[in-house]
Amino acid sequence: MKNIIRINTPLTDKVCDELNAGDMVLLSGEVLTGRDVAHRKLFEAILRGDKLPINLEGETIFYAAPTPPRPGRFIGSVGPTTSYRMDKYSPKLMEMGLKGMIGKGKRSPEVIDAIKRFKVVYFGAIGGVAALTARYVKKSVVAAYDDLGPEAMLRLEVLDFPLVVLNDTKGRDLYEDAAKKYMINLSE
Amino acid sequence: MKAVREISCETIIETIRKLFMEANIDLGEDVLSVLGESVKSEDSELGQYVLERIVENARIAKEESVPLCQDTGLAVVFIELGQDVHVIGGNFCDAVHEGVRKAYSDGFLRKSVCDPLSRENTGDNTPAIVHIEVVEGDRIKITAMPKGGGSENMSSCAMLVPSAGLEGIKKYIIESVEKAGPNPCPPTIIGVGIGGSIEQSSILAKKALLRPLGEKNRSDSRLSKLEEEILEEVNRLGIGPQGYGGRITSLAVHIEMMPCHIASLPVAVNLQCHVARHKEAII
Ligand code: SF4
Repeated sequence: MKNIIRINTPLTDKVCDELNAGDMVLLSGEVLTGRDVAHRKLFEAILRGDKLPINLEGETIFYAAPTPPRPGRFIGSVGPTTSYRMDKYSPKLMEMGLKGMIGKGKRSPEVIDAIKRFKVVYFGAIGGVAALTARYVKKSVVAAYDDLGPEAMLRLEVLDFPLVVLNDTKGRDLYEDAAKKYMINLSE
Repeated sequence: MKAVREISCETIIETIRKLFMEANIDLGEDVLSVLGESVKSEDSELGQYVLERIVENARIAKEESVPLCQDTGLAVVFIELGQDVHVIGGNFCDAVHEGVRKAYSDGFLRKSVCDPLSRENTGDNTPAIVHIEVVEGDRIKITAMPKGGGSENMSSCAMLVPSAGLEGIKKYIIESVEKAGPNPCPPTIIGVGIGGSIEQSSILAKKALLRPLGEKNRSDSRLSKLEEEILEEVNRLGIGPQGYGGRITSLAVHIEMMPCHIASLPVAVNLQCHVARHKEAII
């Protein structure tokens, strides 16, 4: 396997610029979780000019909503949800300083364009391995929108969370490149 | 006359509670064994890495009794109700929903059901999606299937023209998988329902997913052949595990079929992620 790159949050322009689609990274530090409704709420608050419950500057959002923890644990199973549902809101969030997104699945041309423009990185976490992924989480506290229940925004501290760079600041897309590489022409 | 057998709502509630809790932490042996084999056929290093993590995750989930995936699903329940059963102690459908409610609360499972417009969570993962079929006998067979949103969102149904034929069906299925790309958490299982009506084809497609992984359609050799051909073509798309590129885009194609109207050719594709969860019990 390729070299594995260790990076920490908060992500900087320099770190983001050095990552390439297809790179394997181990991410450590704090990330926020947020999915559909939290994104809609942040987006609407930005449009209204309201103060946000969290400052997005330098933040990384993990599109995730964990299962409730069993007694004696601080986190349940946790993993990425499909990212395209956040596409409508993501460019606005990047404009407000968001530097990293963790999810799964393809993004819209508008998001890919904003990733280039704002020097952001979109990372992929493996979907459906949430019992394993929980092991990389060292701490979890509610960050915003507690009333959303399972969809509340959490602040997680992660250690050596394995991720793959899906879209980089140069406009490259792992999904496009990888499928082309392994596609077998049907006429062959 | 055959005597009726009494089954209490309490038994139904308890059975459903246990099935959903178990389904969410214990991946079936059939799925595990196909996944284990698939690692050997995967060329891409990243693809192999993904498949190994999936197998490792199943081990951790079982050992620690924690959910395999954070999306513990919409609760789909298939019921085969024996016609000689008399349900006592309450309302049958209420018992099904109560079983789901208990499973998601006692099992620390995520509640993922909401009002479609306000998006407000119902708070207890109900209502469940319940399919009831009346069969012979004095027993109830219950199958619990927590179905994730990611793969469900990539599913669809088409009313093809009859002239599209087998080729048209194939094309529709392969295009669905290609369009879904990485979104349904590949490797997937492709459930297909052909025929019936618009809703029946979708139910058939979902039912097809309950077949043990690795088993071909045994009732119709045209379908088992089609399953094989589609799997081969899908695995040439290059999508691979998680869409990171590779050979193993899908683990199997399961097709079920029934007669349809002379004017129609309904085809439904229900994609199932690798966390293919279902457990059954007979009471
Ligand atoms: S599609 Fe399946 S594996 Fe992926 S997040 Fe949803 S339930 Fe989990």
